[in-house]
Amino acid sequence: MKRKSFWIAGIAAALGLASVGAGVGTAAEPLKMAFVYVGPVGDGGWTFAHDLGRKTLEKNLGSKVQTSYVENVPEGQDAERVIRDLATKGNKMIFTTSFGYMEQTLKVAKSFPKVEFYHATGFKSAPNVTIYNTRMYEPAYLAGIIAGHMTKSGKLGFVASFPIPEVVRNINAYTMGARTVKPNITTKVVWISTWYDPSKERQAAETLIGQGADVLLQNTDSSATLQTSQDKGVYAFGWDSDMTAYAPKAHLASCIEVWGGYYTKAAEAELAGKPLHQTVWGGIKEGMNDLVSLNSVIPDEARKQVAAKKADMASGKFMVFTGPIKLQDGSVKLPAGKSLTDKEIDSINYYVEGVEGQLPGK
Amino acid sequence: MNFSVTPLVASALAAAIPLVIAALGELVTERSGVLNLGLEGLMLMGALASFVAVAHGGGLAVSLLCGVLAGVAGALVFAVIAITLQGNQVATGLSLTILGTGVSAFAGRQYVGFRAPTAFSDWPIPVLGKLPIVGPFFSMNALGYFAVVALFLISAFLYRTRSGLELRSVGESPSVARSLGLHVTRTRYLATLFGGGMAGLAGCYYAVAQFKMWQDGLTSGNGWIALALVVFASWRPPRVALGALLFGGVSALGLWLQTVGIPVSTFALASLPYLATVVVLVTISADQQALRRYAPASLGKPFFDGD
Repeated sequence: MKRKSFWIAGIAAALGLASVGAGVGTAAEPLKMAFVYVGPVGDGGWTFAHDLGRKTLEKNLGSKVQTSYVENVPEGQDAERVIRDLATKGNKMIFTTSFGYMEQTLKVAKSFPKVEFYHATGFKSAPNVTIYNTRMYEPAYLAGIIAGHMTKSGKLGFVASFPIPEVVRNINAYTMGARTVKPNITTKVVWISTWYDPSKERQAAETLIGQGADVLLQNTDSSATLQTSQDKGVYAFGWDSDMTAYAPKAHLASCIEVWGGYYTKAAEAELAGKPLHQTVWGGIKEGMNDLVSLNSVIPDEARKQVAAKKADMASGKFMVFTGPIKLQDGSVKLPAGKSLTDKEIDSINYYVEGVEGQLPGK
Repeated sequence: MNFSVTPLVASALAAAIPLVIAALGELVTERSGVLNLGLEGLMLMGALASFVAVAHGGGLAVSLLCGVLAGVAGALVFAVIAITLQGNQVATGLSLTILGTGVSAFAGRQYVGFRAPTAFSDWPIPVLGKLPIVGPFFSMNALGYFAVVALFLISAFLYRTRSGLELRSVGESPSVARSLGLHVTRTRYLATLFGGGMAGLAGCYYAVAQFKMWQDGLTSGNGWIALALVVFASWRPPRVALGALLFGGVSALGLWLQTVGIPVSTFALASLPYLATVVVLVTISADQQALRRYAPASLGKPFFDGD
């Protein structure tokens, strides 16, 4: 009898202490936020940009937040394990920064209704899963304009990851931008089935350059394409982050994403008790995309054209996917005067005129 | 449509050079009767060591040396366990691969994404280097030319020198060799260390000549392909070059096909080199007689030297 009551008293005391502790803790406890990265922070591209955003968030909100990250998480079973682990560790906001984490994020979100999940570049949401994305096709279009001025062979190259709408529309935007300068430009595409693999990206770039491409763009996460282009004496663009330092001679400009503003807004909303649930798809207008660090070799005429188009994008006057948009066989997909809706942009599965080759999986 | 084949040849050659170097080293090791399955780990350690040397301001010669030393160090560990302590060579080799992969990934974490400040550049031979199709063979970098020279030197060593003959006899029958007064243990040690050094050199190629950066798993499984190459070549140097071009070309071929408009599934592409390896190995192993004729008879079997 004595022993039993001793145990009951002990457990009650422990629970009491814990709840007091928790009560005291949550008052001053910083908001725990975790980030799941698909590549290494040192990739100088996609993950580097997200981490920059995370650092901006820390700078803006200081001791109010406590951030952590897990890098190199493969898209698949491992991702679910990592996301679940972060949720059980007391993180109130979890950002999964790759398209391939979509199903895993949704699955874990079901088990943790009190945790807010944010999935970058996805298209499925839930009560506690919010989507956020940027309009990379806008800086891609601007890069196309520069490419149109800088190409000598009239052939552009694109190192692509997976044939999903997000990537296909960037290829299209790049080609469309270039064709406003030289209507006969063509773009060759190589698909490497991975977001981050510098050796494959390098081989893809070498193949494209070997086929005559002299201005390259990519949708992959490392600086390998840019470095290969410098080695072979052609031009390329930085992608996701400012990649000037990796290949100053070959680098024409960088198409970047700016995540810090959104991360700060999301954290502030959570701290205020009203977490952001609205899907955010921001571009140049919202300050989430930009084209930076233009090389001094770019002629003034090109710069003026790019600056004008950028201003039009910022004011909302110009939308990249406005007709006329022609398919590879010349038929008109979208007549002049009309623009694609956001939903249509998010499901683009065709090449525009000028892109060579067949879209895989068709 | 532009069907230029030369870029394809250049890509295949770039992929083949480190395979040739690593496979030649392993060939010498296996000819002495030692089966070193740790090639992938040794290559990765060599790659990291040479990249670190260059990243800290060392010149190309220093990075080469570091790569070779890293390979030799790894091979020494293997040699002590497999030769002196008579450990099972297969298990030891596999452990070495896992060790090398893990150590290089861990130690290399802070170097991910760095660009090599100096790298091997191509030394094209005038006129010959510009020829279509065969041009790339005359416009390789220092390690490429070394691979070609090594092919000839190792062939000559194995078949025209006394030491080469001794090496081969140790591999065929160490007990007979021992009774003739040949140093079995010493020969095997030297052969293993040589193989390790060559693997380290191949790793250096990946880090400082081809990709000029460090990344986890930079060698993308090519250590295993080099092992298969030795079997493909029936333990004779001449076929090593042909096999390396074949295996190296297969992945480059996939990308090339995409750019000339032939849609190839990207997943098929990724598995092509390994599929090719499996096909080749199955074909060769199907002829048991030929396999017995060419494979060193004591391959993989520990030998108690008694001294």
